[in-house]
Amino acid sequence: MPENKFSDPDDRNLLPHTISLFLILAAFWLLNSGYYTLLILSLGLISIVLVLYVAHRMDVVDHESQPLHLTLKLPGYLTWLTKEIILSNISVVKHIWLGNETISPVLTTIKASQKTDIGKVIYANSITLTPGTVAVDLVGDQITVHAISRENIEVLQAGEMDRRVSRLED
Amino acid sequence: MDIVVNMSSGLCLLLGSFLCLSGGIGIIRFPDFYTRMHAVGVTDTLGAGMILIGLMLQNPDSLVIIKLLMILVMTIFISPVASHALAKAAFRNDLVPLSDRNEHKGGTESSNP
Repeated sequence: MPENKFSDPDDRNLLPHTISLFLILAAFWLLNSGYYTLLILSLGLISIVLVLYVAHRMDVVDHESQPLHLTLKLPGYLTWLTKEIILSNISVVKHIWLGNETISPVLTTIKASQKTDIGKVIYANSITLTPGTVAVDLVGDQITVHAISRENIEVLQAGEMDRRVSRLED
Repeated sequence: MDIVVNMSSGLCLLLGSFLCLSGGIGIIRFPDFYTRMHAVGVTDTLGAGMILIGLMLQNPDSLVIIKLLMILVMTIFISPVASHALAKAAFRNDLVPLSDRNEHKGGTESSNP
């Protein structure tokens, strides 16, 4: 296995992440299969172990692919995000039916105040998931955002989503 | 009880279809690549979500509901990544987005590829 120069040797307790990945894969297999005979179950176990082995070889089992530290805070954020998605869906549908005169496309950069990479990714993905705004680029702590109208940018610059994602981290 | 579930299922499906149709019309109507992408966002999120919720209400089997939930979660994770990849590719290849000012002059002409 090639040595990864980015990995931190102190921060390599991967057992919780491995267990979590195992449980998720097992649930995924069982719910999708629906057959509970010995042969099928053992085949499922073999494929899960194989996937775990490959994932470890690829060095992708860590706090970024399995963000266990976010588990408790994520449901609250997702509820708020769902509400935002519904509201911005309504506004974009309004723009679609009212025509091109009502839109004012903007491309601008906004600041992401998150400290960790996964926080920034959650923020950028939330922006993209919300209709009306798309994160085009992410360099350092600057996110380039394209928005369908000026109000959407103003909402982002007010920074409620930014604050909520930052609150997930600590 | 049964009729309430059926009615709300139908309502969700109808709303989802309307949102998907709106997304499709937005793709045709909007003036440039980036604005069209916002229209796709409607189909991706609430359109797909409403149709999946409507289908969940149609089916009392819990295993089917969980499978539909899995599809919903997958869509929510995959669609922003795909949208971002598209936008970034366009941006890196110097596709200049329509700005506020020239939109009123020649915006509609550039809508024909």
